[in-house]
Amino acid sequence: MKQSVTVSKTQEMKLANAAKVVLSKFKIKTPKFEVKTILKKVIVPLASILLFIGLWHMGAKALFNVEADFKIQKALTDQGQEAADAMAACIASGDISCQPNTLPSPAQVWESFNTLIADHKVISADKLAFKEKTAALNAKRIAEGKEPITYTGRPSFVDQIFTSLKTVFAGFVLAFLIAVPIGVVIGLSETLRNSFNWLIQVFKPVSPVVWLLLVFMIVKTMTKDSNSDSAFIISFISVGLCAMWATLVNTALGVSSVDKDYINVAKVLKLGPLQKVFKVILPSSLPLIFTGLRITLSVAWMVLIAIELLAQSPGLGSFVWEEFQNGANDSNSKIIVAMFIIGIIGFLLDRIMLTIQNMVSFNKNATA
Amino acid sequence: MAYLELKNVNKTYGEGKNATEVLTDINLTIEEGEFVAIVGFTGSGKTTLVNLINGLLKPTSGQVLFKGAPVMDTCHERGVIFQNYSLLPWLSVGQNVAMAVKEAFPNEKKKFIKERVARYVEMVNLSPAINKRPMELSGGMRQRVAVARALAMNPEMIIMDEPLGALDALTRGNLQDEILKIWSKDKRTALLITNDVDEGIYMADRIIPLRPGPKATLGPEFRIDIDRPRDKTELNDNPIYKKTRNAIIEYLMGIGEERKATAKEIYELPELAPKSFVA
Ligand SMILES: Nc1ncnc2c1ncn2[C@@H]1O[C@H](COP(=O)(O)OP(=O)(O)O)[C@@H](O)[C@H]1O
Ligand SMILES: [Mg+2]
Repeated sequence: MKQSVTVSKTQEMKLANAAKVVLSKFKIKTPKFEVKTILKKVIVPLASILLFIGLWHMGAKALFNVEADFKIQKALTDQGQEAADAMAACIASGDISCQPNTLPSPAQVWESFNTLIADHKVISADKLAFKEKTAALNAKRIAEGKEPITYTGRPSFVDQIFTSLKTVFAGFVLAFLIAVPIGVVIGLSETLRNSFNWLIQVFKPVSPVVWLLLVFMIVKTMTKDSNSDSAFIISFISVGLCAMWATLVNTALGVSSVDKDYINVAKVLKLGPLQKVFKVILPSSLPLIFTGLRITLSVAWMVLIAIELLAQSPGLGSFVWEEFQNGANDSNSKIIVAMFIIGIIGFLLDRIMLTIQNMVSFNKNATA
Repeated sequence: MAYLELKNVNKTYGEGKNATEVLTDINLTIEEGEFVAIVGFTGSGKTTLVNLINGLLKPTSGQVLFKGAPVMDTCHERGVIFQNYSLLPWLSVGQNVAMAVKEAFPNEKKKFIKERVARYVEMVNLSPAINKRPMELSGGMRQRVAVARALAMNPEMIIMDEPLGALDALTRGNLQDEILKIWSKDKRTALLITNDVDEGIYMADRIIPLRPGPKATLGPEFRIDIDRPRDKTELNDNPIYKKTRNAIIEYLMGIGEERKATAKEIYELPELAPKSFVA
C-alpha cells in the first residue's frame, strides 16, 4: 500500500514535468508517454506482486496436498480405510483439528493479519479499561509513595512491534555514540588505526549470539540488585555492539581519506586542529559516516529479531519464537505476518536513513 | 635581502626505486613588490614549485627563504590560489570565502566579515551565486571563488597556480585587471603560474620559463619593460611586446622540439574534474 502511494506520487510529478515539455512541442505525443510510464511504474510492479502471490498460493497448495496425502495415508496404514475416509472428510471440511501443518497460503496469512489486528484492538480496550479502573487507586498509591499498579496482561502484536522499535532505536543510539567518536579518533591517527585494526577485524565478524552471551554475562551481574529491565538492557546493548562496526569502519575510513585538497585548504587557511576536524574533516566524511549508519541500522534491525528471540525480551523476535513453540493452527501464518512486518519496517527504516543521508550530504548522489 | 629566495632547490617525490626528481636546481629571487610569472608545460612541476613556496611541501634539498627565514609551514602572508580550486563542496560560495576571511581577521566583528565577503564575491561577479554550492557552479565560476577567497585574506604575497585557466576571455581579462589592481594598490608581491604567454606579458615584470620535467629547472628570464598600467589593445602594437613575445615563444617552441626529440614520456593532463563524493 505504502509503496504504491509513493510510486504514484513520483509518477505524477514526472508526468507533470514531461507533460509541460512535450505539450509545448507536440500535443499528440503526451498520451503515448503516459501509457509508457504507467506501464513501467504501476503495471509491472503490480504484476510482479500478483505473480509472487500466485506462485506462493500454488506452492502452499502443493505442500498442503503433500501433507494431506501423507496424513490420509498414515491413517490408512495405522487405522484402516474408515479412519482414512474420516481424515479426508475432516481435511476437506476445513476442520481446525485435522488441518495439515505446512506453509500457509496468502489467504490464511491475510486472515491471521486481521486476527492480530483484532486481537490488538481487544487488548488495547482491555488496557484502557484497566487504566480507568486503577486510576484512582494508582493516584493514591503514588501519593503514598508506592509503585503504581501496571497492566501485566499479554502484549498485542502491535505492542511487540513498538517494543522492538524501541530496542532497535536504543541499540542504534548506543552504536552511534560509541562508533562515531572512536571512528573519528582512529581515522585521525594512522598509528591508532594500525593498532586498532586487528581488534576491529576480530570483533566485526562475531555473531550476534556471542555478543548476546557476552553482554548477558556482564549485565546479569551488574543489574543483580536493581530491578531494572535487564532483558531490554541486554538486548539493546547486544544490538548496538553487533551493529556498530559498519559505522566505526566507515567513519574511520571517511576521516582518514579526506581529499588532500581540502587538507591543503585547511593548512593554507591555518585552521586550528579542532577547527580542522569540525570544519573540514567531519563535513567531508559525513557521506561515508551516514552510509555506515545506514548499514548499522539495517544490521541492528536484522540481529534484533535473533537477539530478542534468545534473550527472551519482548518484541517481534519473541513473538515469532512463541508462535513457533505454540504450534497453534494459525501459528505458521502469524509467523509469516511477522516476517512481512519485519521486512516492511526494515525497508522503511532504510528509506528514512537514506532521506537523512541525502539531506546532510553536500552532493545529492546517494542512492539505494 | 630578497623577499623570496629559492636556493638550489631540488624536489624528489617518492623514495628509492620509485623516486622521481621533479625539480632540479631551482634558483629564483623575487623582490618585494615584484610581479613574476612562470610559464611551463603541463606536468613540468609548476604546482610542485608553488607548493614549495607556499609551505605545503618541503624541498628535498636546498632552501626556500621568505623574508630571509626558511619556509617551514604555510602562513597567511602568502595567499594561495590553487589550480584545482579546492573549494569545500559542503559550503556555499559565501561560506567558503567567509571561512578564509574569519581566519585572516580573527578579531574582526561579524559585520566586517560579512561585508568583506560580499565585496570580494562581488569583485569576481558572483554575487548572484553567493548562496550556491560549488557543485552548482561551472569550472570558471569555481575558479573565481578561489580567487576571491585568496584575495579576501589580504595576503602580502599572492601565489597563483594557473588561476585563470578555465575562464572565458572576458572574465579572464576582468580578473587579470582586478588582480593587478590589488597587487599595485598595496604594493603586494605576486607569483603567477600560467601557460598563457600573453597573460604573463600583460601582468608580469618578469617571465621565467620552467623547462619540462623530470628534473625541471628554470630557464632564462625575460624582462617585460613595458610601463604600467598596460593597455591590452595598445599592447598588440607595442614593439617591445612583440619582441618579447616572439622571444619567449621561440624559446618555448625550442624546448618543445627538444622534448619531442628526446622524451618518450607521455605527460598526462592534471585531473581537473570537480571533486565529488559518491556515497
Ligand atoms: N604527490 C606526488 N607524488 C608523486 N609524483 C607527483 C606528485 N605530485 C606531482 N607529481 C609528479 O610531478 C610532476 C609535476 O607535477 P606538477 O607539479 O603537478 O606539474 P604542473 O603543475 O606543472 O602540471 C608530474 O609528473 C607529476 O606526476
Ligand atoms: Mg599544476
